[in-house]
Amino acid sequence: MNVAATVPPPNSVKRSPFGTKLLLSEDHPLCPGCGHPVALRVILEVLEELSLVGRSVGIFGHGCSAMMIGQMDVDLNLSLHGRAPATATGVKRMLPDRAVFTMQGDGDMVSEGLAEVLHTAARSEKITCFLLNNGVFGDTGGHMTAASVIGQRTKTDLTGRKAEEHGYPIPISKLVASLDGVSYVARASVHNAAGITQAKRFVRKAFEHQMQRTGFSLVEILTMCPTGWVSKTADGPAYMMETLGQQMGLGELKDSLAAG
Amino acid sequence: MSNPVQSGGTVIIAQDRCKGCELCIPACPPRVLSMSTEKNALGYYFPELAEGCTGCTACHLVCPDYVFEVYRLLPPQPSQSQTSAVQ
Repeated sequence: MNVAATVPPPNSVKRSPFGTKLLLSEDHPLCPGCGHPVALRVILEVLEELSLVGRSVGIFGHGCSAMMIGQMDVDLNLSLHGRAPATATGVKRMLPDRAVFTMQGDGDMVSEGLAEVLHTAARSEKITCFLLNNGVFGDTGGHMTAASVIGQRTKTDLTGRKAEEHGYPIPISKLVASLDGVSYVARASVHNAAGITQAKRFVRKAFEHQMQRTGFSLVEILTMCPTGWVSKTADGPAYMMETLGQQMGLGELKDSLAAG
Repeated sequence: MSNPVQSGGTVIIAQDRCKGCELCIPACPPRVLSMSTEKNALGYYFPELAEGCTGCTACHLVCPDYVFEVYRLLPPQPSQSQTSAVQ
């Protein structure tokens, strides 16, 4: 029997709204079981909690990560494929007091715009990049990206990525963390409630690094794409942790404030 | 004050928006969510709540479709028990 409330119950406190205040509508066109809306909500919640609403600018790339740009109450710019870090550089240099962040998928950041993010990181631009990594080009049908890990199933390779045929994935967070101008790099995942809480902590730290102007920050958030992985929606988190999560690992890769 | 609270929390489920991914079912610590037997307007099964919700917000955290609004029920106050329904 369904005992869920239909109206706010009397003598209660609301612990969570449906989405967040910065979401104008909760309806979105993303697939069932997609991890992107969860990651997006985490980022919007951190913007609210750090009082950055009204003085933040988001630069979005192309792909599923930009599906919800029409319903966010944040200043936004939709950039060309993979060029979001370059656009964000310009915004940040003109408006240095704003919190400038990019939101990109792995197809956008790693396959299409690898040069942009590496150069931006090396120049130590004071921006924060968010990589929503699901290992597939979800928007264009679920084919393999340069970040798909070995053995991971995609629409174009149903038996999994093979090193002898497709080569090896580009570990973008590791690459960026090895550059000197980078202040903060972390990898989180939205596979369960604990992972989402950890992701939120990393996102908050990344914004704090940017506001303290210590350098470039990148947070990679692993998200589910059951459509691209041809798996059941309910099996998405487990499959993600078997492939992407296990091969790349979660945690902070670089934290210049903690080290100093 | 000694009145036991039936359950610590409850949720409002926006079932018309649910896309039936079932991520909330294993995420719920007290295991009080289960999928419905009928479909919503979009053609998906949606979660239903059984007794025993603690208001922990785990379902809200994992839901990609923003279906859950979570409430923590407060213990009834003896002086306000007459008027609490008005609120």
